[in-house]
Amino acid sequence: MSTTIATENAITWFYACNVQDVPANGGVCVKYGEEQIALFRFARRNEWYASQNECPHRRQMALSRGMTGTQEGEPKIACPFHKKTFSLKDGRCISDPAECAITTYPVRIENDRVYIGVDGASEC
Amino acid sequence: MVSYKFCEKIISRLTTNKAEIVVFGEEPRPAYDRVHLSEFFAGKTAEDLLMAPASWYVENNIRLHLGDPVQQIDRTAKTVHSYKGITESYDYLVMATGSAAFVPPIPGVDKKGVFIYRTIEDLELMRDYAPRAKKGVVIGGGLLGLEAAKALLDLGIANTHVIEFAPRLMPRQIDDSGSRVLENKLSQLGLQIHTNKNTSAILGEDTITGLQFADDSHLDADMLVISAGIKPRDELAKLCGLETGHRGGIVVNEQLQTTDPFIYAIGECALYNGMIYGLVAPGYEMAEVVASHITGTQKSFTGFDMSTKLKLIGVDVASFGDPFVSAEHSRSVVFEDTMKGVYKRISITPDGKHLLGGILIGDADAYNMLLQTARNKVVLPPNPEDVLLGARGGSSADAGPGVLGLPDEAVICSCESISKGAICAAVEAGNETLDAVKKCTKAGTCCGGCVPMVKDLITGTMKAQGKYIRNVICEHFAYSRQELLDLIHLKQIYSFDEALDHYGHGDGCEVCKPVVASILASLWNDLILDKGNDTVQDSNDRFLANIQKGGTYSVVPRIPGGEITPARLLVIAQVAMKYNLYTKITGGQRIDLFGAHLSDLPDIWEELIAAGFESGHAYGKALRTVKSCVGSTWCRFGLHDSVSFAIQIEERYRGLRAPHKLKSAVSGCIRECAEAQSKDFGIIATEKGWNLYVCGNGGSKPQHAILLASDLDSETCIRYIDRFLMFYIKTADPLTRTATWLNKLDGGITYLRNVVVNDSLGIVEDLEKEMQALVDKYKCEWKEVVESPELRKRFNHFVNAPGHKDPSIQFETMREQKKATDWK
Repeated sequence: MSTTIATENAITWFYACNVQDVPANGGVCVKYGEEQIALFRFARRNEWYASQNECPHRRQMALSRGMTGTQEGEPKIACPFHKKTFSLKDGRCISDPAECAITTYPVRIENDRVYIGVDGASEC
Repeated sequence: MVSYKFCEKIISRLTTNKAEIVVFGEEPRPAYDRVHLSEFFAGKTAEDLLMAPASWYVENNIRLHLGDPVQQIDRTAKTVHSYKGITESYDYLVMATGSAAFVPPIPGVDKKGVFIYRTIEDLELMRDYAPRAKKGVVIGGGLLGLEAAKALLDLGIANTHVIEFAPRLMPRQIDDSGSRVLENKLSQLGLQIHTNKNTSAILGEDTITGLQFADDSHLDADMLVISAGIKPRDELAKLCGLETGHRGGIVVNEQLQTTDPFIYAIGECALYNGMIYGLVAPGYEMAEVVASHITGTQKSFTGFDMSTKLKLIGVDVASFGDPFVSAEHSRSVVFEDTMKGVYKRISITPDGKHLLGGILIGDADAYNMLLQTARNKVVLPPNPEDVLLGARGGSSADAGPGVLGLPDEAVICSCESISKGAICAAVEAGNETLDAVKKCTKAGTCCGGCVPMVKDLITGTMKAQGKYIRNVICEHFAYSRQELLDLIHLKQIYSFDEALDHYGHGDGCEVCKPVVASILASLWNDLILDKGNDTVQDSNDRFLANIQKGGTYSVVPRIPGGEITPARLLVIAQVAMKYNLYTKITGGQRIDLFGAHLSDLPDIWEELIAAGFESGHAYGKALRTVKSCVGSTWCRFGLHDSVSFAIQIEERYRGLRAPHKLKSAVSGCIRECAEAQSKDFGIIATEKGWNLYVCGNGGSKPQHAILLASDLDSETCIRYIDRFLMFYIKTADPLTRTATWLNKLDGGITYLRNVVVNDSLGIVEDLEKEMQALVDKYKCEWKEVVESPELRKRFNHFVNAPGHKDPSIQFETMREQKKATDWK
């Protein structure tokens, strides 16, 4: 089965999993080649977000196991290690402006299938 | 420091930036904090000590000339000439030349190894010399001398002596008895104190080898610091003909003007009313007066209270008001505890109405309150000793009205001279947090000593405005934990989503989610991974294991009371070897297995459960362990079977979730081998039954548990624990251990005892029923996961590659076991 379905504007959309594989208001980790991408389902808002799985603070592959939430409406993820929180809109660290930002990815749902958009140029 | 403060104050008063400010300094760096000079040896750098960096002067258009002292003042032309040849004219000149160390005329002070203690350069010289010194001596047992002695200790000279000419230490601040207590305390810390000693010569050829005293004794030494007092830097003032005191100091009036009205003197160089003020707070006050005067407001300096509180080598020392009032004009109350090294003396008016002054050694917590009581002539309670000792048992006497009872003019922050009125006004204007008040008023920004009083004023002012102060959980729930628990209970809510729908808004966050999860678990004891509640659990609860460095987990099977059969030990060993786990005995008499991959957790537990183990809840804010000593079954001192009772208790409360973790222990006799008094609830056997202690804590702020009830039979003991735990669960704030909860509880242990033992609220029957319901509903949550294929699926690292382990996880080997690779 091919994992790549379409390429547009240099974005490659790859199939990650099905909607029901992701717990409501929680996250999972998706394997994409050698990369790890954290995928989040904000069921109450019917929104999806994706980011790098590695928390930049101590470089732990952990964000997918973190707790989702919002701050004044902005979706965020809290790392389970030290509760650093990152915006899922722009990836910046909300709780500590000195911390590095995380990479975020677009997500698309088609027929209950979840696709994550990665930069076509930097595909590994 | 005073010069910097003057700049700060004048800038804030200049509405337009018209004034030109030029600062000349002799030292090579901008003004620094001399009050904390000794911290230079405790790791602070010269930069850390700066009042403000050089850039601050630039930003405020102040021209700063460093390493360039003014050498001449031409008062007729109103110009100054500096060492490097700069000539500047002035409208007003402010002299803040400070003081130099006073070096007594003892023969030999010029020998190598003799230092003064004044500037960062002096400290650098000392630091460079200290490695070759073994025995250090400080001449001067005053405030600065003791600071210098601490510096020598910090520099690694363990054998340090202090020589004082007077019969006691700190002769200007404390009395003979206080000095004895202080000497005692300091000698325990390694300082040897010699009072009544007059140094007559410094011995040695080029380099110091010892000191000779007037009483013919002598002392070997290879390093000497002289800190025998200060001498005002008035030479420049003398040179241009300003009046100076015959023992030094530039004479000033109430406006801090010298005999030339265009020249002011402030700080330690100024002589007001025959007195030099060698503390920072009066210096700041002088800066304020001059800044006001120059900008056209009338303020005067009329002397300053020399009350002071400091920590000398870890020992609190404070004196306030007039500490030396004579016996005919006052009565005194003295408290002395030679065991703990605490001495307190207060002097009160003969009619017992007002506080005149006092001395506190070893424990100066009451300093701020006492100082305000003295300064504002607050009327003392009927038993004046209560202000010193606190109201004691038996009487309901009030130990004074507290900080809220002070008049508005009372100065709360003496460094910045901020009054109670100013702080309350700031709170009323909407600055309702400590940070906001600090920003708005500057109170508490210097030494920080007044911060507890500022906090009390914030709470008090808000209460007075009718504002109900409560700890709401976060932006998503405008309720306290206790309120939310009651609502969730009343409305019979079982999931986070329902709770958010009914009582919250938005989506929740990492603060409210675990709080609600904990409330739900405490109320219903359902499987925490059910009803969509899995993703609102803290990460450890979500995966029923403790996340560790690298992203693996640790596994702790329950070993009730710490009792385990060899056969079960073998199972743990086999599981650990099969899954390559690091093993360690925990502090709670259990075994922790580290380094388990997420996807291995269900398999590991399947094997442990098959051998009869169950979850140890090490990952939850829940009952952890009930530790026990071996008790009467084996121990020749044991009164009762502590192991059996510990097992019974651990099995009763296993899986009980609470606002924070819960630890317990049972000791079989008063030797207390199980350390029950450091636990949230601890039980100690007595001849007649069990003593029950509650609200103890280990950790960063250890606190002994307090006796709740004594000589209980086992059944009553358990009923009391039921009530105690349930009451805690229902009323505590999130993440509050029982010790902190009790500390905040109005009425403290007496109130708690009334609720739990005497049923003062009429709720114990409900509390017991609720606890019994939780006990009856207990199930091992790992057993439920192991038996459910759907739940097992969630224990995978990759959603799209089940069974694949996280390739980024790496281990190293240490002492024949693995350890997590350190993070960056």
